[in-house]
Amino acid sequence: MPWPFDRTYMQLALAAGMVVGVCAPLIGTFLVQKRMSLIGDGIGHVAFAGVAAGLLLGVWPVWAALVACVLGALAVEGLRAGGRASGDLALALFFYAGIAAAVVLVGLGPGLSADLFSYLFGSILTVTGQDVALIGGIGVVILVTLAVMGRAMTAVVIDEEWARVAGVPVAAVNASLAVLTAITVVAAMPVVGVLLIAALMVLPVGAAQILGRSVRGTMGWGSAVGAFSVVVGLVAARVWGLAPGATIVLMAAAVFAVAALVGGRRGRLPLQAIAGETEGGPS
Amino acid sequence: MSVTGGTAVATDPLAEVEGIAFAYDSEPILDGVTLSIRSGEFVALVGPNGSGKSTLLKVMLGLLEPLSGRVRLFGVDPGRFRDRGRLGYVPQRPALGHDLPATVEEVVTMGRLSARGWHTRLSPADREEVEHALETVGLAALAQRRVRELSAGQQQRVFIARALASRPSLLVLDEPIAGVDAESQRRFRDSLTHLVHQHQAAVLLVSHELGVVAEEIDRIVVLRRRVLFDGPPDELVRTGVSLGIHQEDLPLWLEGLR
Repeated sequence: MPWPFDRTYMQLALAAGMVVGVCAPLIGTFLVQKRMSLIGDGIGHVAFAGVAAGLLLGVWPVWAALVACVLGALAVEGLRAGGRASGDLALALFFYAGIAAAVVLVGLGPGLSADLFSYLFGSILTVTGQDVALIGGIGVVILVTLAVMGRAMTAVVIDEEWARVAGVPVAAVNASLAVLTAITVVAAMPVVGVLLIAALMVLPVGAAQILGRSVRGTMGWGSAVGAFSVVVGLVAARVWGLAPGATIVLMAAAVFAVAALVGGRRGRLPLQAIAGETEGGPS
Repeated sequence: MSVTGGTAVATDPLAEVEGIAFAYDSEPILDGVTLSIRSGEFVALVGPNGSGKSTLLKVMLGLLEPLSGRVRLFGVDPGRFRDRGRLGYVPQRPALGHDLPATVEEVVTMGRLSARGWHTRLSPADREEVEHALETVGLAALAQRRVRELSAGQQQRVFIARALASRPSLLVLDEPIAGVDAESQRRFRDSLTHLVHQHQAAVLLVSHELGVVAEEIDRIVVLRRRVLFDGPPDELVRTGVSLGIHQEDLPLWLEGLR
């Protein structure tokens, strides 16, 4: 491959980054509509506890994170759906419990903190073939699940009650979305790290909602912005020696800012729609 | 118990509740409510605020479990009812996400999918049904617009088109004309009468105001925890209540029942 992707480590980074860059905004499109933009962050902290547990127990930390994330995401959804806690309260519970559990587990195993550092901030330039295989597998699962359930998920995020009457298995759809969120977090962990994990699910969607004109268009634009951010972020990291994960996220944020400025000028910023609504529009 | 309207035919009820009781915590909301809807009937369910109208609707649709009584949708328990395309539902105007990018066409397509199955690839005939539903409510020209960008009345028509897209045998609407402009109300009335007359569908309209729809109703059911009246509008009018388009009598009379 041409420079700057001439080295194997850059090619692995590109492969892992592209899967996450394309897939994370697809999931994020639904999460943003459900006003659960930050669930990736909450689950990311659970992933961190999973990594710490994996290191402590001597199993591959990514597997431990995967188990912890799936269980955590299902628990958040269970609390939300059961009405025992609002979505954001359920999220806060796992956000703090996750990070606290990670700190306690790190304290139990001396010397673990150095290993944890790479999971905290990501280490896309050191991903292995094994990592890429797992991330690629997760990407396939996400795409296949969305191909099968995407329309039912769209019906649910538009109006959950109507979807239930229309025969959508709402509980199964919500649980599937929770699991997809969890595995996306695990795939994104080596790319951008636990602290920025939700960024690739949310920031490209923010830009895509301005650029796209439909749910389908938003998903397409989200993936395009995600992939663009990964490529430019990796190139910038190679050229200037910047932290790659954070640079990718900054790129996504920059695209969002530009789209908001341009879209705002064209009167297409979502916030303007909200302002317009108060003038005799829908309640 | 029911008095059927002129266009109704004697068939098995499409929806039926019998002796329904429901309570939130210990506060009774419904007590011994019995009601059935048959093909070709246009039924209005009215009552003052807090009379249990929406609760009855949710029980009827299987969204809430009654404390006692029997519920049947197309002859089966709502939990076992599978042929969802036969049921069209227009909920009270849903709170759309501030950033919802869905277009009018995408939302209405959801209605078609409820009839065809969520994993099915839509055929050109399905696309035509979606288009037809949009034309019926007068929104074909706005198919590619985002729902969020439309007025309240237009949004309500989108949700009605979503319900029509499955060609339902029973259309259930919860407060569909509250706060909707006169033009949208007329369009709405025409869509419903088209459905009843052309497709022999039944309509159950839950509302505390009837507006322009009043003249099309076959049967009116007045609810306040129990069914206070179930019969043709003329009979209710003979008791001194006006269902007039411009008069405020019905809402005032209903509030007097509280």
